[in-house]
Amino acid sequence: MTRKDDAMARRSFEPILWILFSAGGVLSALLLPVLLFLFGLAFPLGWLTAPSHERLLVLLSHPLARIGGVILCLLSLFHWAHRFRYTLYDGLQIKHLHDTINTLCYGGAIAGSLWAAYVLWRIP
Amino acid sequence: MRDRITAQSRSTDHITDHITLQVTRYRPEIERETTMQTYEVPCPKDWVILDGLNYVKDRIDGTLSYRWSCRMGICGSCGMTVNGEPKLTCATFLSEYAPGPVRIEPLRHFPIVRDLVVEIGDFMRKLTSVKPWIIRDREREKPLSDGEYLQTPDEMHEYKQFSMCINCMLCYSACPIYGLEPSFIGPAAIALAQRYNLDTRDQGAEERLAVLSEHAGIWGCTFVGECTKVCPKNVDPAGAIQRYKLQAAVESLKSYFMPRGSR
Amino acid sequence: MIEPRIEHPAYTLHHPRWLRQHVSTYWWLSKPSYLAFILREISSVFVAWTIVYLLLAAGAVSQGAVAYADFLDWSSAPAVLTLNVISVGFLVFHAVTWFNLAPQAMVIHAGGRRVPGAVIAASNYAAWAIATALIAWLLLRRG
Repeated sequence: MTRKDDAMARRSFEPILWILFSAGGVLSALLLPVLLFLFGLAFPLGWLTAPSHERLLVLLSHPLARIGGVILCLLSLFHWAHRFRYTLYDGLQIKHLHDTINTLCYGGAIAGSLWAAYVLWRIP
Repeated sequence: MRDRITAQSRSTDHITDHITLQVTRYRPEIERETTMQTYEVPCPKDWVILDGLNYVKDRIDGTLSYRWSCRMGICGSCGMTVNGEPKLTCATFLSEYAPGPVRIEPLRHFPIVRDLVVEIGDFMRKLTSVKPWIIRDREREKPLSDGEYLQTPDEMHEYKQFSMCINCMLCYSACPIYGLEPSFIGPAAIALAQRYNLDTRDQGAEERLAVLSEHAGIWGCTFVGECTKVCPKNVDPAGAIQRYKLQAAVESLKSYFMPRGSR
Repeated sequence: MIEPRIEHPAYTLHHPRWLRQHVSTYWWLSKPSYLAFILREISSVFVAWTIVYLLLAAGAVSQGAVAYADFLDWSSAPAVLTLNVISVGFLVFHAVTWFNLAPQAMVIHAGGRRVPGAVIAASNYAAWAIATALIAWLLLRRG
């Protein structure tokens, strides 16, 4: 293997992780505020009437909602993982713990994405 | 019309406005840490910080060491930390800080050699590492007799902003990533690489990608944006870096999925 | 030649001893813009929480009407509400800072000219408004 191949192998993940981070940043910025406002504040506090159980089932069981939901969760979680990893490196200066941090962050994102796939597959 | 140089060489005794400068001293032959020394200098309306330092050196304490040259914001020599912010001392008015005191420290994130002088070798090496010159494919050179490579004004505007860098290092001083990770290649170097990558006459983008994609390259940047804020020439290095990230990411993906032979 | 006054025993004449200053762990508190940056980065934690919360909601829907009602009850508990108020704040902060930075990160040419930054930012905000309206309509309409 040439030295250039070596270098490429070492730096192989950063570009794709950055792309996931960026895509996740856009999607989470566009979709999450209204979703959390409704499900986290407006419905529990009764400001707006929550959708009925049947209505939510109809919405969530649609294939587009299932696939879209998994994509939203995956990208948002990878957005968190990448950003939080660098916050730990720079904010707390614990870059030397990079193996642990990377495992927890990206591992967490993968685990969360699998959980999302499971939840959305299990919608009747 | 009064000659500014003549006015300054006249006695400044009649100026009643004075301001206190709190200046970092570091003399390795007598101390291990920095100390602070205060000087009282006149504060005419048209004086910049550099004028104050030159007054100190000329009239009060000749041992003070600092860098300066053009005194008009183009050489990039006189960068220092003024009241916690990286500034060009020739382009910052003393009266802005009245009634003072003004704290003048060496540029942050660089090793201090003496007083206000910092070691800039790391920065110089990083600039060189991005190959800041027009790179052309040997086989595609046209003979000298065919004339220059032409460029439209629009093509020039694509990279012009990034060519305005005066290498003053204020951006490195403002960048927290560079402070925490000195191997980070830094804003000015990446902006300089973009100046050439976006130049239509250049064919060296792939060569520069190898340097910039390394671990200490662009991926360490988290778009804090401070570099752009402190740049005295509006180069917008943060913008250069973010634009380049997308380009570099796409190039990297292409190189996984399309082996070199088929491209 | 003037001999320099050497008082420090560890110093060798004419050998440089550069002073390297360390960056404090609390560097992000030293300037308002640094603090704003760290808060922006921390907003990602609340993005992750939102995903977890929404998956809990979807899971409850999956388990039936009772589970869904229980979830709505749980979500009105003071601790959960407080967390969600803070989260919505951080989500909006994330969205605003993201869309405001978009023009700096993207240069788009249309018809031979550069699209002004304000147009790029405005388009992002418009997309945000449309997405918000669409989701709200889907969830709030009856029948």
